[in-house]
Amino acid sequence: MSTVITATINGRAFRGEVEDHELLLDFLREDLGLIGARQSCEVEVCGSCTVLVDGLPVSSCCYLACDLDGKVVETIEGLVGTPFHEVLSDAFVRHGAVQCGYCTPAMVLTAKSLFFDDLLKDEESVKKAMRGNLCRCTGYRAILDALMDIAASEPTVELRAQA
Amino acid sequence: MKLPPFEVHRPSSLHNASRLLRDMGSEAVPINGGTELLLAMKLGLAQYAHLVDLKRIPELRGVRRVGSGLAVGAGMTHRELESSRSIAEAVAEMPRMLAEIANVRVRSVGTIGGNLCFADPHSDPATFLSAIEATLVLGDGSTSRRVPVDEFFLGAYETKLEPGELLVEVTVPAVPTGTGAAHVRMKVHERPTVTVAAKVMVERDTIVRARLVVGSVCGTPVLPQAIDKLIGAPRAAWSERVREVAALSAAAVAPVADAEGSSRYKQALVEVFVRRALDAALSNAQGMTR
Repeated sequence: MSTVITATINGRAFRGEVEDHELLLDFLREDLGLIGARQSCEVEVCGSCTVLVDGLPVSSCCYLACDLDGKVVETIEGLVGTPFHEVLSDAFVRHGAVQCGYCTPAMVLTAKSLFFDDLLKDEESVKKAMRGNLCRCTGYRAILDALMDIAASEPTVELRAQA
Repeated sequence: MKLPPFEVHRPSSLHNASRLLRDMGSEAVPINGGTELLLAMKLGLAQYAHLVDLKRIPELRGVRRVGSGLAVGAGMTHRELESSRSIAEAVAEMPRMLAEIANVRVRSVGTIGGNLCFADPHSDPATFLSAIEATLVLGDGSTSRRVPVDEFFLGAYETKLEPGELLVEVTVPAVPTGTGAAHVRMKVHERPTVTVAAKVMVERDTIVRARLVVGSVCGTPVLPQAIDKLIGAPRAAWSERVREVAALSAAAVAPVADAEGSSRYKQALVEVFVRRALDAALSNAQGMTR
């Protein structure tokens, strides 16, 4: 069985048919070619497949594509070119918070959701939100440093208002 | 990993959802966030030809005040409840318990009702809600009944829900002044290895009521009888009685050995965590911060 869905994906209107049992991760990667969401643990633990749905991070590996109906989806591809990406990627690069890069799109998206939740404040809140995203290079310190660096910065305050 | 094919149905009322489930019998299963069900289906542990999506049913949404307590819609996500002011006011420990479930992504879509109905033995909400004496409202759109949380679970992944019956809301009583609730747990992976929740009522430095629930170690949450030893304890005896209750509770539970550890290891954890939960509940009862 399939369902016709209408959604906003990376700022663009999408209308199309998806199989009821199709996972969001496969829909993004295989149907739309948005490969920034990575396939890894497949059991909602590692966070590599994180995308934002209505601003909230979800594991696209265990989320039905047909549940996107009426929702706003953002993947790393959609973030590129926005002020959020500029601030976040800048901080990640400055702190060397990227090693192999496999987990990075998901890290950046989860970090973006912190603006929305107004959680980009103290290290405790940031840790709590980010601890569901695993980095097998164990680059956690650099990632936390990058996020704490921008927590109090002027662009962050402005972006918080926009989120 | 792909999911096997199925059809998703999207009823907009409790009545229709219930009818669909009843008509399709064992071929159908209700789904909300799907954080546990889809996982089980992906791993081939469960198979259904029909999924009845409960996300469009208004009766399952919202948090209402009922007397001093709350009626929490079963379809509310962990995240929604974690940030709910009315929940924080009625039961201060509850947002903290919810904030520790799995990870931020699971909390974005996973629901309180889904967690309870899936009846995974490793559950913080099941343990905590049982300790604070929450009640579940089960219904099908025309009739309903109430079941205390601790009577809802029949075994691992098994509940009292009848065919076509759905969990509608969770009635959460407020924790009044003089009563302390606490929830402590340890986790190595996403699911808790051990969860202990307690509620104690103190009057004039004497414990007058006490409730203890040990979760995540057996098929269902268990309520050790040993907790009765706290009743009537004057303040001077608290520390000693708490230790006694912890040792007796650990001896009384028969934990299931799994990837989280052996039965003996979990018994040792139970003793430590019962002690911590009771200490925390007692200090919360006196309005002290931990």
